[in-house]
Amino acid sequence: MKDLFAVIMLSGIYGLLSASFFVAMDAVDVAFTEASVGAGISTLLMLAAITMTGRSEHPVRHKPVLALAVVIVTGSLLIYGTLDMPYFGSAEAPVHQHVAPRYINDSMQEVGVPNIVTSVLASYRGFDTFGEVVVIFTAGMGVLALLSVVRHPKGVAGDIEEIDSLNKSMHEEHLILRIVAKMLIPFILLFALYVQFHGDYGPGGGFQAGVIFAAAIILYTMLFGMSTARRVINQSLIQLFAAIGVLVYGSVGVISLLEGKHFLDYSALSADPVAGQHLGILLIELGVGITVASVMVIIFFNFAGRKDDQQNKENNES
Amino acid sequence: MDSLLNISSALFLLIGSFLCISGGVGILRFPDFYTRMHAAGVTDTLATAMILIGLMLQNPDGLVILKLMMILLMTLIISPTASHALASAAVHNNLMPELDKKEDNEKVTSSNP
Repeated sequence: MKDLFAVIMLSGIYGLLSASFFVAMDAVDVAFTEASVGAGISTLLMLAAITMTGRSEHPVRHKPVLALAVVIVTGSLLIYGTLDMPYFGSAEAPVHQHVAPRYINDSMQEVGVPNIVTSVLASYRGFDTFGEVVVIFTAGMGVLALLSVVRHPKGVAGDIEEIDSLNKSMHEEHLILRIVAKMLIPFILLFALYVQFHGDYGPGGGFQAGVIFAAAIILYTMLFGMSTARRVINQSLIQLFAAIGVLVYGSVGVISLLEGKHFLDYSALSADPVAGQHLGILLIELGVGITVASVMVIIFFNFAGRKDDQQNKENNES
Repeated sequence: MDSLLNISSALFLLIGSFLCISGGVGILRFPDFYTRMHAAGVTDTLATAMILIGLMLQNPDGLVILKLMMILLMTLIISPTASHALASAAVHNNLMPELDKKEDNEKVTSSNP
């Protein structure tokens, strides 16, 4: 398929479909993440990317025989690898023998969080999640290093002028969209906070909350223009926040090290181990949420800002 | 009282499912973008609202009704807006409705001879 727009839409639809089969398999947390990240924000970021690269793929002369061969060999190796795995849903699978029962039986006493997924993600496997957050942070830094736009500021006065003209044009274009967005954005932000702090009890957590929060800001940026959004969201502040999220996560681990426990063992945070676990999970989820939201906003701003720059250059040349 | 609730809920659910199916048929069979979008819009708002109201009548629990009301309110705001955005994007890119084109063609062909 040569039309990149259609490819992106297909990948979004795939994300939504896999979210629904995760729901069918009772993995609500995973489904929530897939719906918000796979179907929502990644589609959005890729759409932002094709506004710069153009809509269709370059025609390729040679036939990609080598790539096909590599894909076939890797695929058959992977399928060969699955042959040794136990059948899907089989009760004798190793995961049902000791790992899952251990979590299901003991996590209530050890961590005390009703949502076992959160307790596994944030407490038992806290180190993995820390790695994920660092990966997201690194992605944000990579986008900043490679794509960041050096703005030639028109100064605050120029910005205000631009915003004024935008507000005047508001009565002509996108009127309905803007008004509905104004109504919805507070609810989206509130829902993000709910997902963030309700993650202990229901599906949700830092990743989903961060993405939803960023989606609200991106919606605002798309409808009200970059310069308005730049005045609302301070760029250097949001870069600082991206780092603060990772630092909050890491410093919780360091505190438990200083208390003489293992890295990221939250029972060190309070006299009562279960209360300590609660506090630790709340803090690291907060760190995850802050980092994810700010990195998504950074990536979108840099993509969209580059597009703006291209347009300005074309306008100046013509 | 119980049977009344059940019957009315079933009625709402039936109307909703009928609208869903007719919307699906409409998306497949209507001739151009705008009419298809009209079919999808009907499915989005009216059918969803009917099904949600039917579910509300099924549930005596207050919290569930509240949540369903929130979802209903959100869909009533969001899906017409989404349809509007789609349609205005299509107009912006100069997509003509199929029926307009046909009339134009007839006029052209009738004026030609």
